Amino acid sequence: MDFGQIFNLTAGELIGVFTAAYALCALGLAMHFGFTGLLNFGQAGFAALGAYGYAFAALKLGWNMWGSFGFGMVCAAVFALILGLPTLRLRADYLAIVTIAAAQALYFFFGTEKYAAFTGGSNGLSEFGGDFYGYNPFPVGRYDLGIITLSEKEIWIRVVSWGLVAFVAVLLVILTRSPWGRTLKGIREDEDAVRSLGKNVFVYKMQSLVLGGVIGSLGGMVFVLSSQTNQASTWVSNFTFMTWTVLLLGGAATILGPIVGSAVFFMFLMFTQAFLEGLVNIGALPFLSIAQVGQIRYLLVGLFLMLLVIFRPQGFFGNKKELQFNG
Amino acid sequence: MFLPKHTLGRGLAFVFATLAIAASALTISAPASAAGHPVAKSQSAPVVLAGDSSDPSTWEYSIGGALKLNGKPVKGVTIIATNGKFSAKSVSDVGGKWLIAVPEAAIYKVSIDKATLPSGMAVANPEMEADLTAFSFAPVLFKFAGQTVQTVSFGDQLVGRLFSGLNFGLLLAIASIGISLIFGTTGLSNFAHGEMVTLGALMMWLLHASMGWPVILAGLVAVLVTGAFGWVQDAALWRPLRKRRMGLNQMMIVSIGFSIVVRYVYLLLFDGDTKDIAGGGNIIKFGPVSTTDLTLWGMLISVVALGGVALFLTRTRIGKATRAVSDNAALASATGIDVERIIRIVWVTAAALTGLAGVLYGLELQANWLTGFDILLLLFASVTLGGLGTALGATVGALIIGMVVEVSSLFIPNELRYAAALVILIVILIWRPQGVLGKKQRLG
Repeated sequence: MDFGQIFNLTAGELIGVFTAAYALCALGLAMHFGFTGLLNFGQAGFAALGAYGYAFAALKLGWNMWGSFGFGMVCAAVFALILGLPTLRLRADYLAIVTIAAAQALYFFFGTEKYAAFTGGSNGLSEFGGDFYGYNPFPVGRYDLGIITLSEKEIWIRVVSWGLVAFVAVLLVILTRSPWGRTLKGIREDEDAVRSLGKNVFVYKMQSLVLGGVIGSLGGMVFVLSSQTNQASTWVSNFTFMTWTVLLLGGAATILGPIVGSAVFFMFLMFTQAFLEGLVNIGALPFLSIAQVGQIRYLLVGLFLMLLVIFRPQGFFGNKKELQFNG
Repeated sequence: MFLPKHTLGRGLAFVFATLAIAASALTISAPASAAGHPVAKSQSAPVVLAGDSSDPSTWEYSIGGALKLNGKPVKGVTIIATNGKFSAKSVSDVGGKWLIAVPEAAIYKVSIDKATLPSGMAVANPEMEADLTAFSFAPVLFKFAGQTVQTVSFGDQLVGRLFSGLNFGLLLAIASIGISLIFGTTGLSNFAHGEMVTLGALMMWLLHASMGWPVILAGLVAVLVTGAFGWVQDAALWRPLRKRRMGLNQMMIVSIGFSIVVRYVYLLLFDGDTKDIAGGGNIIKFGPVSTTDLTLWGMLISVVALGGVALFLTRTRIGKATRAVSDNAALASATGIDVERIIRIVWVTAAALTGLAGVLYGLELQANWLTGFDILLLLFASVTLGGLGTALGATVGALIIGMVVEVSSLFIPNELRYAAALVILIVILIWRPQGVLGKKQRLG
């Protein structure tokens, strides 16, 4: 078994595009759940709208990168408004059921052949990143970063996606420390108390839902821009559950948490994949096939999520007092 | 009130040990199932044109039909099935029959090669679709021009769909009453509930289709196994968590993790293919409705089970205690009801009912590792639609969802019928958030 290669693969995930994409989606969830107490189980839907919004605007409307980014974000914001209007006045679990149902309905809608003219059907949309890669300042070539070697496109998408992560993180730090952010935390702890102070709780919750959803749509956009392919099958509810795992791993009511959580999560996935495959290849695990290794990884993700919530619900960085999962 | 952590650890270990034992038992018996695919292999082998390099003889899915003009077979006509890059063809034999094996569950475009038709013949519908997403075999019938094409009136179609919706709704109802009972007594929104449907369906496949047990015995054992799974889950996982006074949202996320674990255990044990239980049954027609005796038996069993639950909840002491715990657990406890015992009974009952839904679902439709997860959101939709935590509400909600799913496919593409149910859920929540039969004070 080549431990050097396993190490390099694992370390490569530290700056991976998917790591950044999940970090963005989890930052959006941190806004929803960590700072406002909203149970959003449809983050896959927000990310999907970002991804399809970008791809649709770039391919079918012929918009440039800025317009496409904007279109994806607007789609997610509208989705948040539609979901929030009926549910934000109800108990928390209504939002959970409505968001997961709406995200799943979107997934069915994107995958059907009926609207393939807009969505590409089950084949999805591809080759929509021309304008995005047109902005690439890195000359063509291979770049050796010590542990991994990347092409100029791979460097560019990493720079943009991690730049977005940094931008969103700073934005959230500023927002959550503002009076607005403190009101949100107040809503999370005791909605009635905040209401009795004369605040319009519904409007605050709605702002949080829209903002977190738009951040999630950015995650969806960088996710599909890396390979320039966007398929409906990416946006199943497992995407949402993995985002939750990432968020809870780092700590829900923190800003560093989702980022570190995402890095640790993907390094864990890559390490178990490479390590178990290595073991299978040298014949140490005769009862497993390579395909089953991928399945075992997801089994471990589920186990991880359970144990995390049971034994360390505050994650790596969270403060246990701040997050009692009220409900 | 804190339980030492190792107790919970032991509980978890117990769950996984049980799964592991079940696993080893299953892997021994599994290979027997490899035989017995219902599609005849004797026909002329289809030619794969492009798109998949794996061995066609291992493919699970097929599309077929017979070409007949006024009752006489038409031979030597080429039929082509395509899906994305994949395409394969077959030529009709002396009996007019043709069969194309395809690699995956998808919707295929099936077309007839007009150049190979006998001269003077034309086809009324040269482009057809074959939907293999729910079944492993899809029949495609080409009609020759001049032949009278039987059309079904909209009213008849609607009646047929309503009947299917009633059947599907009853299946959903027995599973969603389980969710509703558990939610009512413990407050848990159990995302691992679908896995109990899957267990029922997979056990049915294993015992009936693979090991050849008679239907009734296999169904009973499958229901008992699922009930036992409910008991083990409660004893090893949920009860310790309740003792730790874990928050409900936190428990909900634990149930998501548990559902992922169980699903991938199923995948490792049973593989990802769709199992054909081949319940079959004899076709029965009354009016515009065409169904099978198997489906009718299934519906009868569902109705009896639902009636049993209603009697249990309203007439028996334990049932009344269950409703008391649902209303107010602390008050129920103060009147001398053993709340933990009631919850245990609820878990076993709910799991067994859900297993029954899985058995019927497997027999009438299909079974694979995602069977329950696929309908989980429909179950939640049923429970929410009827009103969270009321058993009767869950039944009414399930019947509505079942009908919406089936009837909607008259108007929108088949793949979107589940989406229609979810959209209906959202719309009804806007209009009447407490659900059709829910109480307003639960909205909080």
